[in-house]
Amino acid sequence: MNVDDIRRDFPILSQTIRGKPLIYLDSGASAQKPRAVIDAMVNAMETQYANVHRGLHWMSERTTDAYEATRDAAAKLMNAGDRAEIVFTRNSTEAMNLVAHSYGRGILKAGQAVVISAMEHHSNIVPWQMLRDAHGVELRVAPITDAGELDMAAFEALLEDGKVGLVSVTHMSNVLGTVTPAERIVQIAHAHGAKAMFDGSQAIVHRPIDVQALGCDFYAWTGHKLYGPTGIGVLWARRELLEAMPPFLGGGDMISSVTFEKSTWAQVPHKFEAGTPAILEGIGLKAAIDYVLGIGYEALAAHELALTDHALARLGAIEGLKIYGRAQDRGGVISFMLDKAHAHDVATLLDRQGIAVRAGNHCAEPLMRRLGVDSTARASFGMYTTMAEIDALADTLNRVREFFT
Amino acid sequence: MADTFDDLRDLYQEVILDRGRHPRHGQRLETFDATAKGDNPMCGDRVQVWVAFAPDSTIAETGFEARGCAISVASADLMAETVQGRSKADTAALFASFRDMVRTGVCPACDTAMEQLAPLSGVHEYPSRVKCATLPWHALIAALDGTKEASSE
Ligand SMILES: Cc1ncc(COP(=O)(O)O)c(C=O)c1O
Repeated sequence: MNVDDIRRDFPILSQTIRGKPLIYLDSGASAQKPRAVIDAMVNAMETQYANVHRGLHWMSERTTDAYEATRDAAAKLMNAGDRAEIVFTRNSTEAMNLVAHSYGRGILKAGQAVVISAMEHHSNIVPWQMLRDAHGVELRVAPITDAGELDMAAFEALLEDGKVGLVSVTHMSNVLGTVTPAERIVQIAHAHGAKAMFDGSQAIVHRPIDVQALGCDFYAWTGHKLYGPTGIGVLWARRELLEAMPPFLGGGDMISSVTFEKSTWAQVPHKFEAGTPAILEGIGLKAAIDYVLGIGYEALAAHELALTDHALARLGAIEGLKIYGRAQDRGGVISFMLDKAHAHDVATLLDRQGIAVRAGNHCAEPLMRRLGVDSTARASFGMYTTMAEIDALADTLNRVREFFT
Repeated sequence: MADTFDDLRDLYQEVILDRGRHPRHGQRLETFDATAKGDNPMCGDRVQVWVAFAPDSTIAETGFEARGCAISVASADLMAETVQGRSKADTAALFASFRDMVRTGVCPACDTAMEQLAPLSGVHEYPSRVKCATLPWHALIAALDGTKEASSE
């Protein structure tokens, strides 16, 4: 994999910010888009746009085919056994809300419990709190170790009383970079009669995901972090679960027939896809998946490992810089703080040098509390990130520290 | 490389760096008449303000504890200084002018009090940082109004 070639595929990377070349180290928040994605969306609008699943005319059929091809691409990406197991949502957040609502209220019983972890994004916390408050399901939180890994013994202990119906944890932390031992988590969940779901928002960008090998029951991710458009995400779930679950939103497309007395539901996955979907975004997402698979996860993972090792070494050598999270298995997301400067000041100074990082609580307030901080700065890498960009980050951070000393 | 951040000196003037590091009023008051917290959930900034009133109910003293960036701490500190001796109405009016200044970068009717706050005018170029500068003021106004919590807009 040649990073220079990849960079040429991302038009935005030739931008300058305040006269400086853009160094985009915020791919964990949202990734940039390759030309292929942009072209696919523009092309669809210019040549074959109509609503999907409803028209009998040529345009609609074409658009439906293009949109549905994304379902096949997503199924291939995750090695789903059945394309009907791919449900399109707006993003991961909606995917997890769908499960919390339909599986949570429809299948889980009051008195059962859901287990999450101490390093979840708010989108894998709040839907379960809403379920708890509306439906009497208990919410349990598995702790993390000081290294930022899931405490597996404590996790297993939470399932011992057999009340847990569902485990929903992140596959990769957006703050610590920790990759969780997904297969082991599934084994433990299943051994205690619980289903297992992963928030794969970060993980799928960095690792090949094989839902059949993982053996999990639900897997959620979001298109915009995988170099695709905003407004489209995926929930993969086992077909028998989707069939047993009541719908989430009601409306057009998700029904089989409607009378004022009663409606019946469409087949899965359409039962969960009410209303006109994100058609163009779906078409763009297929281009993103094809692009990623064209490069191949092996190359992506190797590039990211090299970047992460280099960044940990360079940042770790900066006096007064603390890195949060020391997981053995980790991806290209690094949270840090300088002793002399607040994360926001750091982000503003970096921004002035054209370096985009994120500062704040990263939608993970409980984790921030666990780490004993209010905010951190975070650099996160994409396939287009270079070693030179990481060097620029480290060199600039040294100067930021001087500035505030 | 000393000039790397030169264009940031507008935002991080010496006063701000100094006040951010060593605030003069950065402690809770032993005895106080009002207090309130300010919280900016977007970025995790937190501040608590304590106020003691003089017999004529003007502000005798203000103290604060802040967990936040240099901008928010410096803003709290400069605020504590400028509101001393002011009535509630005066303080609210000052905040209104201050807010205009940090949003626009200019202060058309700049009196001495506003001049003291002027080092913060540089934040207008950084829209995402404006709320860092206004958070302590929101907390102060909440304290004066007798509400316990404020969040910056
Ligand atoms: C781990 C994790 N989960 C969930 C999300 C939510 O993604 P989205 O906002 O696209 O739903 C994010 C990204 O913000 C994330 O990093």
